[in-house]
Amino acid sequence: MIQLKVNGTNRQFDGDPDMPLLWYLRDLIDLTGTKFGCGRGLCGACTVHMNGAAVRSCQTTLQAAAGKSVTTIEGLSAKANHPVQVAWKELNVPQCGYCQSGQIMQAAALLKTKPKPTDKDIDDAMRGNICRCGTYQRIRAAVHLAASGKAGRGGTKAGSKAVAGLSPTVERGAETEVEA
Amino acid sequence: MNPEILNNSLNPTIRVESRRGFLGKIFSAGALVLGAQVIPIGKLDAAAAADTVDQAAWHPSVYLGLEPDGTVIIVAHRSEMGTGIRTALPMVAAEEMDADWKKVKIQQAIGDKKYGDQNTDGSNSIRSFYTPLREAGATARMMLESAAASKWGVPVAECHAKMHEVVHEPSNRKISFGDLATLAAQQPVPKKEDLKFKPVAEYRYIGKNVPITDLDDIVAGHTTYGMDAKMPGMVYASIERSPVIGGTLKSCDDSEAKKVAGVIQTAIIPPFKGPYMFQPLGGVAVIANNTWAAVQGRKKLKPEWDLGVNATYSSAEYKKTLQETAKKPGTPDRVAGNVDAEFAKGGKTHEAEYWVPHLAHAEMEPPSAVAEYKDGKVVTWAATQNPQAVQTTVAAAVGCKPEDVTCYVTLLGGGFGRKSKPDYVAEAALLSKQLGKPVKVAWSREDDLQFDYFHFPAAMYLKAALDEKGRPTAWLGRSVYPAMLSLNQMRPGGLASMGWNDVQFDIPNIRIETGPAEAHVRIGWLRSVANIPHAFGVHSFVDELAALANRDRVDYLLEILGPDRIVEVTAPGRGGAGAGRGGAAGAAGGARAPARPNLYPIDTARTRRVLQAVADQSGWAKRKSGNGHGWGIAVHRSFLSYIATVVEVEVDSKGNIRIPRVDMVADAGLIVHPDRVKAQFEGAAVFGTGLTLSGEITADSGRIVQTNFDRYPVSRIDDAPIETHVSIIGTDNPPAGVGEPGVPPIAPAICNAIFAATGKRIRELPIKKQLA
Repeated sequence: MIQLKVNGTNRQFDGDPDMPLLWYLRDLIDLTGTKFGCGRGLCGACTVHMNGAAVRSCQTTLQAAAGKSVTTIEGLSAKANHPVQVAWKELNVPQCGYCQSGQIMQAAALLKTKPKPTDKDIDDAMRGNICRCGTYQRIRAAVHLAASGKAGRGGTKAGSKAVAGLSPTVERGAETEVEA
Repeated sequence: MNPEILNNSLNPTIRVESRRGFLGKIFSAGALVLGAQVIPIGKLDAAAAADTVDQAAWHPSVYLGLEPDGTVIIVAHRSEMGTGIRTALPMVAAEEMDADWKKVKIQQAIGDKKYGDQNTDGSNSIRSFYTPLREAGATARMMLESAAASKWGVPVAECHAKMHEVVHEPSNRKISFGDLATLAAQQPVPKKEDLKFKPVAEYRYIGKNVPITDLDDIVAGHTTYGMDAKMPGMVYASIERSPVIGGTLKSCDDSEAKKVAGVIQTAIIPPFKGPYMFQPLGGVAVIANNTWAAVQGRKKLKPEWDLGVNATYSSAEYKKTLQETAKKPGTPDRVAGNVDAEFAKGGKTHEAEYWVPHLAHAEMEPPSAVAEYKDGKVVTWAATQNPQAVQTTVAAAVGCKPEDVTCYVTLLGGGFGRKSKPDYVAEAALLSKQLGKPVKVAWSREDDLQFDYFHFPAAMYLKAALDEKGRPTAWLGRSVYPAMLSLNQMRPGGLASMGWNDVQFDIPNIRIETGPAEAHVRIGWLRSVANIPHAFGVHSFVDELAALANRDRVDYLLEILGPDRIVEVTAPGRGGAGAGRGGAAGAAGGARAPARPNLYPIDTARTRRVLQAVADQSGWAKRKSGNGHGWGIAVHRSFLSYIATVVEVEVDSKGNIRIPRVDMVADAGLIVHPDRVKAQFEGAAVFGTGLTLSGEITADSGRIVQTNFDRYPVSRIDDAPIETHVSIIGTDNPPAGVGEPGVPPIAPAICNAIFAATGKRIRELPIKKQLA
C-alpha cells in the first residue's frame, strides 16, 4: 500500500507501483489538469511538484511518490491566484492552453529557487516545456512579471487591461454527461 | 475599420427560432432566440454560379439567445484550438447587441449542419462568420428597442440599447434586456436591409483585448480537452496499428497482454477499405481500466502483419524521384507570355532547386476522444476541428445516420489541421459498439508521429531569365508533391494557388507547373498547407536573384513587384484562379463569374505596403549583415492576408543559429481581437522556426523513423525567436486569415538572413546541421 499526499489530501494506492503518477492523477483521482504530452519526459506537459520540486509525472512512478507530497495545477493556489497564474492571465499567455499547466508548475518551481531569474535562468528552467502554439516570449515576460511582485496590479500594457475585469461565464453543452 | 465592407458579401436572413431539439436544452421558455441563416463565404462562388440560391438548403449557422434573467447566450460553433475564436466571434454579437460581456454565456455547439460550416481550418472563422454574428446582434438589439418602445408607447427612434438596457432618454426611463426578453421575442424580425449597426466609435469590445473565454480555467487546470473527457463506465483503449500504411493483421497473440493487471480484453478494429480518408487505420486494441494498463498490455501483444505494398517506402529514394520529376515539364497552372522563347534568347539565367520534407503536426494534445455507442446512436466528446466530419465518419464506421451521432466539442490542445480528420473518434465509436460501453481512445506521442496525416514533401525547381539589371523577364516554376489524402496513385498535388501560381512579381513571361507524385503514407494538410514549401521556394529564389543583382532586398522586391495592380492568374483551359480557401480565392474571371464583387483580389499595393512597413519597423535600411549576423526578408500572401517578415539571425562558428528578433507586419483586414491576432503571429514565428530548423519526418522500409520529441524536435523557449514584434495594418479591408498566414514567410526569411550573415544558401529544409 502506497501512501502519498496530493494537494494536501492523504491518498492510498494499492495498484501497480510502477504506474506513473501522471495516470494515477488523471485516470484514478480525476485530476486532469496535469496533461499527457509525450510519456517520456520530453515535453513537460505533465509537470507537477513533488515535495516542492518540479518533476515530470509521466516519469515518476507511484513507488517514487510514496510518502511524498504532490501538488498539481489544481492545488497550486486556492483561487488560481499564485503570482505565476496571475501573471499568466495578465499577459494573456495561453493560446490553446494545453501545455500551460506544466509551464505554470515549472515556472512556479523556478521562482522558489530563483526569485529573480534572468532570461537565461528562465530559458534553462523552461526549455523542457514545449508549447506548440509558440507562447514562449509571453512565458518569459510572465515569469519576469511574476518575479517582480507586480502581477495583478495592471502595470503592463498587454492583455486584459483594456477591458479589465471581464470574464464571461462558460458552459460547454451537456456537462452533466461528463463525469468530471 | 469599416464593417460595412462585408455588407454585400453575405445574404443572411434572421428569424426567430423555435425552441426545439438542442436549443431546448439551452434556452428556457420565454427566451428570445435568434438564428442567423447564412451561406458561408467559401460557398459563395458555387451559389452564385448556380445563379439561384435554394433557401431550403440554407443552414442556420449561429445562435444567439437572451434569457429572461438577462443572460445572453452565444453559441460558439467553431472549435477553440488556441486562436481565441471562442472569444472573438461571440464578441461580435455582443458588440452589436450592446450586451454586457459579464452577462454573456458562451455555449459550445455540438456538430450540426444547421450551424453551417464548422470545420475550423483554412483561417476562415472570422471571414465567414463576422457578418452573421454582427447581424444577429443587431437584430436582437433592434427587437429589444422595439419591445421597449411598445411597452412605453413611445417612438422606437427614441429608444436606444445601452449596456444591457434599453434607455428612453426623453423620459429618462430604463429597462433591462432581461425584462424585455419575452416581449422582444414577439416583435417582428427586422429585414436585413433595415438593420442598423453601431457606429465604430461606440465599440466596447471589437478592437479591444477582451480576456479569452477560457483563460481562468486554463491557468487553474480546470479545462476539459479531448484527453480529459470522461463518460460514466468508460474503459481505456490503446491501439496497436500496422507499422506500414495499408498493412493488414495476419494474427495476434494477445495471451500475455491479457495477463497485465487492469487489462480487460482485446478487440480488433478492421482495416480501412478504399481511400483511407478519415477512416480508422485498423489494428488491435487493448482495453483496460486505466491508460497505463492499456499501454502496458499493448506492449505485450504479438501481432503479425502483412505489411503490403508500402513496406519498401524510403523517403530518401522518394526525394530523388520527386526531384527528377521536377526537372521535367508538368501540368501548367498559370501561363503568361512565353518563358521558353525568353530563355531561348540566350541571355543570363538563374535556376535553383528547393526541397521541403514530410512534416508532422505534433500538436501538444495527441488525438483523443471518448465515445459511447448505444441503441444505434453514438454520443462522443472529442477534440475535433470538424464535428460534422465526426458525425459522417462515425456514422459510416458504426452503420448509423450522421444525425444519430452527437458530437460534443471539447477544447483542443492544438490542432494545426490534424484534428480536422476524425479517424480517432471513429476508433472510439467502433470499439464502444463492440464492447457495449463507452471507450476512451487517446493516442500516444508515438502513435501521433507514426500515424499522422503527414504534410507532403515538395520538390521545387525554379528558373528565371534576367535582364541587364538582374530583373526577371521570365519565371518558370515547377512544384512536385503528392495530392492530399492520396495513396499509391500517381496524382498531381493541386493547390497551386497556395503560393505557387499567385506570384505577384511584374514579369512578362510566367509559366507555373505542378507535377505528379505517389504517396506512401497518409497525406494531410498542416497549418499553412502548400504555402509552406512554396513560400520557401519562391522567396528564397527571389532573394537569390536580388543577390545576383547585388541589390538591397527591399528595393529589389519593390521594383519587381511593379506598379500597384490587381494580379490576374490565368491558366490554359481554365478561367481564373481556383477559389481555394488558402489560395488566390475569388480572383475575377471564369466562365461562371460570381455576380458579387471580388472582395479578395491579389492586390500588389497591399503587398507593397506591408513590405515598406516591415522595412521601417525593423530598421532595415540601417542593417548591415555579415560576420555571422544577418537580416532576411520575405513577403507572402496566403489565406487572403498579406504578411511581410524580417528575421534577424546570428550564426556562430559551430553553425548554431540564434534568432534575436522577428518583425512582422500583417494586413489581415478587419480585426476583432488585436491581442489574439498578435498572438497568432507570434506563435507562427515559433512554428515556422521549428519546421525550418529541425522539422523532418523520414520513412525507412515504410516505417516512420521519428517516434517522439527527441527525434522530431520542435521549437523550445531557447531556440525560438526571442522577440517577435507584430504590427497590424490594413484593417479597413475585409477580414482575412490570421491563424496560418504568419507561418509561410518565416522559413525563407530565416534562410535569407542566414545567407546575408554567412553567404551560405539553404535550399533544403530543415537546416539541421547544414551550417556546421
